[in-house]
Parts: sequence; structure tokens; C-alpha cells
Amino acid sequence: MVNSLPILSILIWLPIVGGLFVLAAKKISVGVARWLSLIVALATLVISIILMMGFDSSQYAMQFYEKIPWIDVFNIYYALGVDGISVPLILLTTVITVLVIIAGWEISRECIAEYLATFLVLEGLMIGVFCALDAILFYIFFEGMLIPMFLIIGIWGGPRRVYATIKFFLYTFFGSVFLLIALIYLYLNAGTFDIAALQLTRFDENQQLFLFLAFFIAFAVKIPMWPVHTWLPDAHVEAPTGGSVVLAAIMLKVGGYGFLRFSIPITPYASSQLAYLVIAVSLIAVVYIGFVALAQRDMKKLIAYSSIAHMGFVTLGFFVIFKLAANNSSYSELALQGGMVQMISHGFISGAMFLCVGVLYDRMHSRQIADYGGVANTMPKFATFFVIFAMANVGLPGTSGFVGEFMVILASFKANVWFAFLAASTLILGAAYTLWMVKRVAFGEIGNDEVAKLKDLNSREFFCLFVLTLFILWIGLWPAPLIEMMDASVSHLLYQAQQTNLPL
Amino acid sequence: MLAKSLVVMPEIALLTATLAILMISLFSGRKSELFTYVLSITILLIMVLLIFRSLNRPEVVLFGEMYVNDELAKLIKLLVCISVAVVFIYARPYLLNRENSRPEFYILGLFATLGMLVMASAQNFITIYLGLELLSLCMYALVAYLRDSNNAGEAAIKYFVLGAIASGMLLYGMSIMYGITSALSLSEINAYLVNVDELNIGLIFALTFIVVGVAFKFGAVPFHMWVPDVYQGAPTAVTLFIATAPKFAAFVMAIRLLSHGMQELVVDWQQMLMILAVLSLIFGNVIAIAQSHIKRMLAYSTISHIGFVLLGFLSGENFGYASSLFYIVIYVLMAAGAFGVLLSLKKNDDADVDALSEFKGLSQSHPRLAMIMLLVMFSMAGMPLTVGFYAKLYVLQSLVYNDFIWLAILAVVMSIVGAFYYLRVIKYMYFDGLEQSLGAQDALVANTVLSINGLLIVGLFIFPNYLLNYCVYVFQ
Repeated sequence: MVNSLPILSILIWLPIVGGLFVLAAKKISVGVARWLSLIVALATLVISIILMMGFDSSQYAMQFYEKIPWIDVFNIYYALGVDGISVPLILLTTVITVLVIIAGWEISRECIAEYLATFLVLEGLMIGVFCALDAILFYIFFEGMLIPMFLIIGIWGGPRRVYATIKFFLYTFFGSVFLLIALIYLYLNAGTFDIAALQLTRFDENQQLFLFLAFFIAFAVKIPMWPVHTWLPDAHVEAPTGGSVVLAAIMLKVGGYGFLRFSIPITPYASSQLAYLVIAVSLIAVVYIGFVALAQRDMKKLIAYSSIAHMGFVTLGFFVIFKLAANNSSYSELALQGGMVQMISHGFISGAMFLCVGVLYDRMHSRQIADYGGVANTMPKFATFFVIFAMANVGLPGTSGFVGEFMVILASFKANVWFAFLAASTLILGAAYTLWMVKRVAFGEIGNDEVAKLKDLNSREFFCLFVLTLFILWIGLWPAPLIEMMDASVSHLLYQAQQTNLPL
Repeated sequence: MLAKSLVVMPEIALLTATLAILMISLFSGRKSELFTYVLSITILLIMVLLIFRSLNRPEVVLFGEMYVNDELAKLIKLLVCISVAVVFIYARPYLLNRENSRPEFYILGLFATLGMLVMASAQNFITIYLGLELLSLCMYALVAYLRDSNNAGEAAIKYFVLGAIASGMLLYGMSIMYGITSALSLSEINAYLVNVDELNIGLIFALTFIVVGVAFKFGAVPFHMWVPDVYQGAPTAVTLFIATAPKFAAFVMAIRLLSHGMQELVVDWQQMLMILAVLSLIFGNVIAIAQSHIKRMLAYSTISHIGFVLLGFLSGENFGYASSLFYIVIYVLMAAGAFGVLLSLKKNDDADVDALSEFKGLSQSHPRLAMIMLLVMFSMAGMPLTVGFYAKLYVLQSLVYNDFIWLAILAVVMSIVGAFYYLRVIKYMYFDGLEQSLGAQDALVANTVLSINGLLIVGLFIFPNYLLNYCVYVFQ
């Protein structure tokens, strides 16, 4: 029964249509709108769990396949499907959206319906990115995500929100248009927009290099990689709490997903030729951005830079496979799986940290570290969670942060000692900036009178942070279910990466 | 013979009806304006029906190859009639509010429509020029519609002088071509050019002047100087008219002249169009950033869209022409939405909304209008989730398939530049607080049609097949 329902279409359209209903429900009452949005988000979560349970992790082929002709003139199909790489990301999306809606419950009554509706529409579009099997459909969802995010940062953001959101929009738009040209060029040569068919088409060296660079620009801006990362700190600082959580937890992963779906399978020759470039940029992100994070005075900016550094691990993991010998496939698989686990884990951890900062901001209306001090005295429950998440961010074994980083470092070690050495410096730098922030904010003497009057977590906030802690500890202590889900797809991806796709 | 002449029924009906409306308006006293409006909309809807009925009939060539009723002509006529009807619907509340609604507006509009219909079916230099002049003279008069406005008078004089020069250049090119080929009919000219081995000086002159005439009508750089001044100076209702229906006429004139008449010279006019397109894209987008007046900003954005249309055109084959046609249709849809919103708003002293900063906080005072403007702005920027994305995708595909990858890259980079000023409008409407509340007119019909207009921008994104297939079919 599960297989006959178009589950993926439901997953995409339920939040979008639900979001529009939430907007309409505002006319009845604000309370109705809030509860409706929560119900829609929970329904989407339940359906995504059904998806996961119906997913057969021993196959690498696309499952829950849907394909209907959509636009005849362009030969674009409405094609959806998931594999082991998409399903964890979809689950991440649905879980995070529920938490964001709960976290945004107490926003001012006059615009809460629009706020929650925008997040629901955004959720539908993000699920669409992870399911799309037609290149232009992928692009439509990829770009379409920008519109709700643009509005979220611009309407509900901080004082410099207009600068931040226009920078975010134009920067990401700039990267994506090159992806569009590349996709049109792909169609010219392959005659189809179907991603599976494109992955089997052969391109010669120059074509592959051109395509890889076009893909690289688009996904590098999205992830973001150094040096096109400068939009992220501004966007995070100015975004409302829910916006930061969604941006960090999910939207950054779309870039990594793009590398896995497009760059590596379609242009494996170019990927292996230019792997040095990507690895170098990733390592710069890990080390240099780690130092930049150390110097931050704004908590959200610090976590933003920490996000960039952690995403450096993801791209390092994805591209170090080209530097491992071809018969070392177990280490290559380790690298790919490490990158994937890092994506999921970073989604939860950075989401959690931004929620913590949001909790503090709701009370003190300041994100400056200097304004805090000794928060643990007045908010012990909060401080407990904050420390747990900080440890996860550092990569403490037992938390999910450790799993992904460890796998990537192991694989990098096999490729080149220096890769591992530089990558492992995150263990020190990460600890430095995160723990120093935690120390200044949570521990020590009570900093000022404002801090003395702080109230501890209410049950809503407690629930959100508790759920995230569960996920972080679960993946950290027992990552096997996640890794098994991805296993077949990762092996297939590795097989594709080891082809050259050059003409015969 | 009589049966064949019935093919011209739409044009005859329109001419007769317009003259009748003119007479009625003279003798109906105080209700003349209302009668004229209702009768104009009625005749336009009758025209739409007549053209619909003729859609399945085969192509007809009449009057010594002066008139052709092929698929392109029928589609353009249909679109022109619908867009003029929409213009009248949007314009009437605006004009009524300013107590400026007079029968002359609608009658001049109907005559301009007749000019456009003649251009759509033209297969001969003379017919093209006839239609063009009928359209242009009516538009010059419409721009000067507000007798007391200095801005309008200035815009009208500029438009008239520049338009007259451009028509003169077009005619000069046509006459040189006539001198070389001794034929006025486009098919005979094309047949002559097939036998020409190389381009002589006469043909170069003829081609250049004809392209100049076409470029002026489109508003392409460097023949664009009339666009910002006329858009800003004319009353907003007339700007809506200029921005929508005549673009179809310019497109069909370009197709007739360049594709049906001079297809053999495609390599030459392709390069000319390339220069026009690149300049229009760059100047249109860059200069629009500096604008603080909404109508002027929309004028420069029009120039950049025309750059895209010319990019689709220059490939010289059916896929490119179809992409250009689709782009024009979507552009007219977006422009109608944008100007429709402008027409609905007014400041406290009944003046037009002119500065961009007056849009601040529109999402709080008029959420429906702000949402329509948001959709129009995202669509003009070419964002997915709106139909503007397909328009750009189609043109980009035509460029890449014809090996113009660098032009495609330039086009998308300029789109990013352009996205900024569209985002700025959204920023004013949604991100800024309400400073001064604007008034909105509450005409039911205009509001309904405007809402449908906005919904079409998203609806055509989800279901674009019908329109796309039709554009391809027209060029087969």
C-alpha cells in the first residue's frame, strides 16, 4: 500500500499547501493558524518516517519513483525518487521544521501566521530538492528555496537584515545561474534532463572541466566554501532564530547534496583532476575559518563560522576519495559516509546551537558574548544543554560530531598525512572557539544584573533542545542505522566516481 | 472571392465598430464615456471570438499578397485584443479617479489596435508601414492625452519626433530594398535575395535602416532614448498601453521583415541584433539600478527584457523565434501586472505614485497588491516558482543550442544585476515599515482581472504546456 501512494509528492505538496491554508486560517484566528501549522509539520514528519520505514536500504536504485511528463517543449519531467543519500536528509528536514515551528510559537501575534506559513512552504521546497530526479526540477526547487528564505530574513530579521538578505539572495543567485547554463549544456549533449541518464552520458575532458567548474561555483556558494562564504555570517546574524536554524541545518546541506548528485557522478574525470582544488579550499575553510571563529564577539557569527568549518569536512570527505588508490574502496566509502554523517550531524548540532542562542536572545536581546557571563547560575538546565551541544560541536566522542569527523580524518590519513593533520586541527580549533564561548557565556561569575534576572527554559524550549540532544547522542553512540541506510547508495556513488565518463 | 474576403472580418468589424463608437460618443451626452468603455470592451471581446473561430482554418493570402492570415498573425491578433481589453479595464478606474476618462482614450486605443492587427497580417512593405503609422500616430496622441500636464506634452513631443525619424528610416530602408528588388511583397523579396551571392552596398544600407526602424519600435539600445521619458511622462494608463500591446506589434513586424522577408540575410542581421541585444541587456539593467522613480525603472527594465527578446530572435530559426514569442507574451503579462498595481494606487492628493520610496510598507496597507507586485518582480527577475523563469530558460536554451554560450553567460550575469532593482521594490514593500499609507481604488472588475493576472504568473509556472506548445506550433 505504501508503495502505491505518491509519498514523495505528498511530502512536497503537503507543507506547501498547508502553508497556504495557514495563511488563510489567520482570518479565523491566530491560534488556529499556529496549531494548524504544527499539525501540518507533524503530519509531514510522520509521512517521512513512513517513507523511511518503507525504504529498502539494500538497493541503490531510486525508490518511490514518480515520473509524469510536465513541460513538453523543454522535455522536462516531474520526476521524483529517493535513495540512501536523500532519505536521511529528508528526515532531517522534517524534524528540524517541527522544532522550528515549536520554537517560533511565541513570535508576535500579528505576523506569526505568515512566519509559520513561510517556513512550511520552505520545507516543501527543500524536500523537493532532495527528491528531484529531473535536472531542471532540481534547479527549480534549488532556486525556489531562496524566495521564502529571502522573505524570512528580510521581514523578521535584525537591524541589518536588508543588507544581509539581499547579499544572500544575489550571491546564491549568482552561483546558481551558472548551474542553469551547465544543465542546458548537458541537455544539448545528452538529449535529456533525467539525472540518472545524465550520469551515464560521456563527456570529453574539456566539457567535463567546464561542467565541473559551473557546478562547483553553484554548490561552493551554497555550502559555503571559502572564499565565497562571506554571505553566511551576515545572513545568520540577521536572520530570526528559526531562519538561522533552517539555513544552517538544511540549506547548507543542499550544496553538499548537489556535489553528490551532479559533480561526482556526471563529471568524475574532472572531479578527480580538480580534487586538489576542492581539498585545498576545504582545508583552508577548516583551519583559517577556525581561527576567524576564534576572534568573534557575536555568538551567532561564531557559530556561523563554525558551520563553514564543519562543512569543510563534508567537502573534504567527498573529494578525498579521488586521492585514495582505486583498490582502497573501503577507505573511500569511509570518506563518503563520513561526509554524509557529518552533514546530518552538523544539521542537528548547528540547529541546536542556534536554538540556544535564540533562547538567550529572547531574554536578553543581545548576541554579544560580552553581555553575558555566569548564565549557568541562573539557567542551569539551559547551561546543561548548551554544554552538551558545545561538546558535540567540538567533536567529543559519544556525540554525533565525532563520528563524521573521525571517519573523514581516517580516510584523509590514508590519502595524505598532511590532509589528516590539517583536518584534525579542527579538534583543537573547534574546542578553542566553542569552549571559550561557552566559558564566557555560561560559566564564571554572574556578569551583570540582567543575567541575574534570567529565567530558565520553559517547557517548549526544553522540549526542542531535548529532542535535539536525543538525536545527537543517538547518532553519536549508535550511528549504524544511519550508515546502513546510506550504504548501498554510497557504494554505487563510489563506483560512479571511479569511472571517468570520457568518450570511448 | 467573397468567402475569402470574410477572412478579413475581424479588421472590418473593428473598423466599423470604432467609427460607430466615435459617432455614438459624440451624441450620447454625459454618458458618452461609459458607453464608449462598454462598447469598446464588447467589440474587443467579439474580436477575440472571431479570431478564435478562425484558428483552425488554413492559411490565407489575400489582396495581392498584401494580407496573410497565418498562425502567427492569428495568435498575435488574439493577444493584442486581449491585452488592449485588459488595458482598458485597468485604465478606466484610474482615469475616472482623476476625472479624465473621455471617449477619446478608448477610440484612439481601438484605432491603435486596428493598426496592430494590420501589422500582424502584413505581408508587404506598404501594409507594414500602414499599420505601424496608424499605431504610432494614435500612440503619440494618447501620450499627450492629459492636456494640462507639461510632462505629458514633453513626452509626446519627444516620442513624436523620434518616432517620426525612426519611421522615416524604416521607410528609407524599405525604399532602397524596393529599388534593388523591385518588389514590395515580402515573399518576392525573399525569393530575390535567395539568388544574391554577396551583399552589395545597397543591400547593406537597406538592411541597416530596416533594422534601425525595428530596433526603435522595440526600444533597443542605442535607439531606446524615447522609452524612459515616454514611460515616465505619459499618464500611467497610457504607459500601460505602450508597455503591453505594441510589443506584440513590434515583434510581429520584426518577424515579418527579418524572417519572412530577409531570411537569406540572416547572418548579417543576426550580428546586428547581437549588438543591440548585448547593449540593451547591459545598459537596461545597469541604468535601472540608479532609478528612483518607479515608471522610469520599469522603462529601463523593459529595455533589458527587449535585450532578451532579441537574444532569442537572433538564432534565426524556429526554436529561437518561438522562445522570443513566448518571452514577449510573458513580458506583457508581467508588465500588465506591474502597471495594473501602479494604476490601483494613489497618494493622498490623488497624485500618481511615482517615487519608489512611496512603496514602503505596502504589504501592511495593501497585502493583495503587494503580493501581486512581489510575484511580478520575482517573475521579471526570472526566479523559478514564477513563469518568468521559463521565459528566460527558453531563450537561454535557444542560445546554447545555437552555440552562443558566451551570450548566454552574459545574459544570466546581467539577470543577476537586474535582480537587484526588482528585489529593491520587494524590500520597500515588505521589509520597510509603513510611513505613508497609499489609497487604492476599489473597482471590482479591475481588481478581479488584476488578481487573475497575478495568479497566472504562478499558474503558468505550474501548467505552462498549453502556451508553450502554441508558441512552438505557430512557428512550424
